[in-house]
Amino acid sequence: MAAPLTLLLIVAVTIRAVLFRSSLAELISERVEVVSPLNAWKRVVEGLALLDLGVSPYSGDVFHETPLMIYLFHFTVDYAEIVFMVSPYFVDCLSCFLAPLDRFRKQKYALESDRYPADCLELLRSPKEMFYIPLKVAMFYLLNPFTILSCVAKSTCGLNNAIIALFIFCTLKGSALLSGILLALATYQSIYPLTLFAPALLFFLQRLYIPVNLRRSSFWFFTLQYAFIYVGSLVVITGLSFFLLGSWDFIPSVYGFIFSVPDLTPNIGLFWYFFAEMFEHFRLFFICVFQINVFFYTIPLSIKLKEHPVFLIFMQIAIISIFKSYPTVGDVALYMAFLPAWSHLYRFLRNIFLVSCVLLACSALFPVLWHLWIYAGSANSNFYYAITLLFNFGQILLVSDYFYAYLRREHHLIHGLYLKKKDGTEATLVLK
Amino acid sequence: CSHHPGKARDQFQEELVIRPLHSGDIYASFQFRTLWDTDFLQERQKVSHYRLFPKSLGQVLSKFSVRELHISFTQGFWRTMQWGQPFIPSPPGAELWVWFHDTVSDVDGNWKELTNVLSGIFCASLNFIDLTNTVQPSASFKPLGLGNATDHRFLRYATLPREIVCTENLTPWKKLLPCGSKAGLSVLLKSEKLFHSSFHSQAVHIRPVCQDEQCTSKAWELRQTLNVVFDLYTSGQGKKEWSLFKMFSRTLTEACPLATSSKVYVDITDNPELFELSPATPLLSQAVVLGDRRTYSVFDLTRAETFGQLRSLNLLLRWKGDSGMLRPLLHAERYVAGFGLQTGEIHTVIYNNHPYRAFPVLLMDSVPWYLQLYIHTLTVTSKSRDNKPSYIHYQPAKDRHRPHLLEMLIQLPPHSMTEVTVQFERALLKWTEYTPDPNHGFYVGSSVVSALVPSMVAMNTNFTQDQPLFSSFVPVKEESSYFVRVYTEPLLVNLPTPDFSMPYNVICLTCTVVAVGYGSFYNLLTRTFQVDEPSLPLAKRLANLIRRIRGVPLLA
Repeated sequence: MAAPLTLLLIVAVTIRAVLFRSSLAELISERVEVVSPLNAWKRVVEGLALLDLGVSPYSGDVFHETPLMIYLFHFTVDYAEIVFMVSPYFVDCLSCFLAPLDRFRKQKYALESDRYPADCLELLRSPKEMFYIPLKVAMFYLLNPFTILSCVAKSTCGLNNAIIALFIFCTLKGSALLSGILLALATYQSIYPLTLFAPALLFFLQRLYIPVNLRRSSFWFFTLQYAFIYVGSLVVITGLSFFLLGSWDFIPSVYGFIFSVPDLTPNIGLFWYFFAEMFEHFRLFFICVFQINVFFYTIPLSIKLKEHPVFLIFMQIAIISIFKSYPTVGDVALYMAFLPAWSHLYRFLRNIFLVSCVLLACSALFPVLWHLWIYAGSANSNFYYAITLLFNFGQILLVSDYFYAYLRREHHLIHGLYLKKKDGTEATLVLK
Repeated sequence: CSHHPGKARDQFQEELVIRPLHSGDIYASFQFRTLWDTDFLQERQKVSHYRLFPKSLGQVLSKFSVRELHISFTQGFWRTMQWGQPFIPSPPGAELWVWFHDTVSDVDGNWKELTNVLSGIFCASLNFIDLTNTVQPSASFKPLGLGNATDHRFLRYATLPREIVCTENLTPWKKLLPCGSKAGLSVLLKSEKLFHSSFHSQAVHIRPVCQDEQCTSKAWELRQTLNVVFDLYTSGQGKKEWSLFKMFSRTLTEACPLATSSKVYVDITDNPELFELSPATPLLSQAVVLGDRRTYSVFDLTRAETFGQLRSLNLLLRWKGDSGMLRPLLHAERYVAGFGLQTGEIHTVIYNNHPYRAFPVLLMDSVPWYLQLYIHTLTVTSKSRDNKPSYIHYQPAKDRHRPHLLEMLIQLPPHSMTEVTVQFERALLKWTEYTPDPNHGFYVGSSVVSALVPSMVAMNTNFTQDQPLFSSFVPVKEESSYFVRVYTEPLLVNLPTPDFSMPYNVICLTCTVVAVGYGSFYNLLTRTFQVDEPSLPLAKRLANLIRRIRGVPLLA
């Protein structure tokens, strides 16, 4: 395991180093699919330059990073490339812990395996299969072209991904304190990881064998503990940010910006063209609708997947990446890194071929249609918007397909793999 | 005219300066100056006596507590390298800058109302001036009149580069003159000739001034200036032979009766041998203006003998050959570099043509918010070496609230070209924020370069009452330099546009994609897997119904 992993790391570092030094680096850091107004490196440099000129970076509308980023980059701006190269490797730590996770689950099943129908055993994974999952996850993340592009562009999305990955790592390891602190940091960076509070809580409850029953005091005791850690660290981090620049200017500049979407720079998301063409009268209504859309899947998903918190984390991250206000390919790469962990669901996926074709085609068409619109002038914004729609549709299809496959596998584990109808013939399974 | 006893000392002076340019064009500059003697700065008493000063402007001054007001409407761009320096520079379009009194509490509110009132007075679309194109320059626009204000919170500056000047703007401007367009020099202001020119600029400048050298009494000064350049080929039929009739289709018949002084100056400094001016006049005047000593023939319209026997004055100028021109010492250009609709670069080039003296210039740039400037890409190079500005004042833009303001003090080395570049990104706006012709582009107002240029000739710092108006517009503080303001070209920048025919379609399609996501998740969350028992076809179901009634076993 160590040798292939090391080889993988070396290959990944080499690719990134080569691209950093080539002329492609500048080209990539201007691409709107890879950087957004929230995490572009150009804007970080601009914010630091404004600070040098004696003007607050938040007085204009160019800089939307949190003050802790100013702290970080103030000292490491010359070593930025190294910072961005190191961050993907945090995601690797995550992968190392997915294996013990599955071991945990396998133990749980082994205890109950006599409850399972005999033909289901092929659904359970063998240790041999699971041995290679960490390597596959690392490969999926490090060698994913989306991640490479995001890293070479020095988009701070890579750092946000690292924080989320560390949070998942600490959660899986069982440390509630670190998990709460990292979740607070992730929420502080961009508000959407707030929805990851529920899956983390469910995971800890499952791990500590506390039943999720609203009437039990042990449930409330742990929930309040975890919430206290989370909210407390969030307050501390926000307070520290206040003391950096001595003002609360960063709150409307960062969080107000994320929520009210004033900047309509094209990206791979659904917000920009929608709000560019919105009637002024309905703008506030649709902003609220679109932002609620990100958050309101939490409760139903948590209820349905309360015994499977890791899959819930995957679903939440995917929903955030698709429906957030300024998505980039770096966000897409984060949930795609999880897919090897669910490789056992492959037999139940229905649309995987279609989805992969759609995503590949869209990724190829994005730069083409951008060039035609902005530089050649022969296409217009509708072309790029269409590809945006298709890309997001492909992502939604991917996520819902994996959800379907997961639920179907759970059903088969309980009811048996080869189902028969009442008269003994082979049955089909439908959602009703 | 009646004379009021006591302190009615309103004064009106008018003058016209005609300067032949070395390219064969001719530059005519009108200045009308009204001095309004009223005690205003200390108490804001209601003034009800308007003699020569126009009532509309007087009411504007008192209602909005304005200390200085400068407004100009320009059609065309002043070509400094071909025509030299103008007496009063102005940028293309409309420009308005105002100093308010220290007593004003809500400057923005006063500014908004003032622009709307001026829009009505001058029949111009000054109501388009709002906070998104107003800036507060910190150093470039010091007061030209009395007072030593340094708090730039009371200063507002705005330009409308897209504003077009036409007859509707000239007519109310002429109405502000005491004699209207009936007598004096203003009879020459006929719009069909004035707008058929390369450059036309009319301006109104109001400021408080001293009435005498000891400054015992103060007065409001209203200067109305009109600069026009007639083209050699369009108006002049290709011949370097100009007359008042050819330029304005009118001749002068009398001075304005309300004027204490009414003069016409013709610049005869260049090439006196080849220059022919008729009717001849014995009056000559020398003035040091714009760092150069010029000789003028003077025609005094208050004297009856100026008009001759025909009782009309039609000056005729004829010259042969190319006259040399004093190369302007300070000159600036600006252009946009880059391609595509995503990014671009603004390049401002400033030339210092002085052979051995270096001097500092103050460059002010006001860029609209939808071109996002990146100040870390700002480079200033002179003679291909980095030239760091000694003072930078930068106020970044806030989307839809205020524009960028960049002011820099740059030292220009002698005989050099200095290039200032800054990169910007173009924003995609909401579809309602585009003008009706979005592919025309968006205008960026002219940059302003202000400097004290070293003068070859000693400037006149004395204050005399009978100084020609053109040399007393800008107060001269020292002998060795004179104040110059150069405006660059406005820029026209294209922004990416959304498809304007698509709002409903976009809303439907995006909501469809969101609904697809919602629908899939809803299905997976609320439904469970069940074995599919196929339902019987309709015929068999009906048969089963009948069988149940009969009590007979059912079909499968």
